[in-house]
Amino acid sequence: MADTPPSDHLPAYARSLGIAIDRLENELPVLTVDFGPNVEGRPGAFHGGATAGLLENAGYAALRTVLLKEGRDPILKPINITVQYLSAGKQKQTYALGRITRLGRRNANVWVEAWQDNRERPIATAVMNILMA
Amino acid sequence: MSDTPTPPSSPKAPARFDAAQAGEFFFRGGHPGWLGLRYSDSGENWVELELPWREDLLGEPHSSVLASGPIVSLMDMASGMSIWQTTAAFVPVATLDLRVDYQRPAREGASVFGRVECYRTTRSAAFVRGVAHDGDITDPVAHVAGVFMTIGKDPRQKADMNG
Repeated sequence: MADTPPSDHLPAYARSLGIAIDRLENELPVLTVDFGPNVEGRPGAFHGGATAGLLENAGYAALRTVLLKEGRDPILKPINITVQYLSAGKQKQTYALGRITRLGRRNANVWVEAWQDNRERPIATAVMNILMA
Repeated sequence: MSDTPTPPSSPKAPARFDAAQAGEFFFRGGHPGWLGLRYSDSGENWVELELPWREDLLGEPHSSVLASGPIVSLMDMASGMSIWQTTAAFVPVATLDLRVDYQRPAREGASVFGRVECYRTTRSAAFVRGVAHDGDITDPVAHVAGVFMTIGKDPRQKADMNG
């Protein structure tokens, strides 16, 4: 099993929010963030924006990992993101993992899932279209 | 207080939601406080918030543009507040679906403003759309569309004590 890459490769925004790489799963990074004031919206629950931030970073991290394996290192630019909120994020450690649905030369479609203690019950999912320049 | 079943379309709720005043409370802590969100402007059915530029909110290692995550947070918050601005009352809502289309990166060092209008409410749902811009609303950074649900009470059921 490959070593978990250091979290200091994550963007400033991700590190500042408290997002870290938890482990690799099928060689793709599982990102995690603990509950705290930084991510709190309604008292005792994740803010939708913080959940979106975790999803988005997991999407980029998955894409970056796949691209590097192919010897590619382009600048990634967001085209769009659609987030589905499935249940409230509680005061718990939260995880997210992205999966590349389609990888082209100029753009990629990435699907991301976030969960807490039950992997079978995601709290949010996202679809992202990303431009590679 | 928020347990009172206020119908979203109630035209004369006793205490009208005030976006500027509510902002002071919402942005004191939590995720919005951490981001440094500020109230900017509002109208009958819209609210505009400001996300000041900050170095630790950058998205790419070698560029000075804000990450897109904080922009989602900005738009999510402005969306919720536009709903309360429209319904004139603070009814707890949860985001169901939020879509952000990025037109261009925000300018370096510039605040991003999120202006969202609530264009339709039903008993259970609220629909919003808006733009993020960095000073000129005719040249947006992003467009946003979202759907929210009212939470805490099922409007089809008769109100009971504990909701």
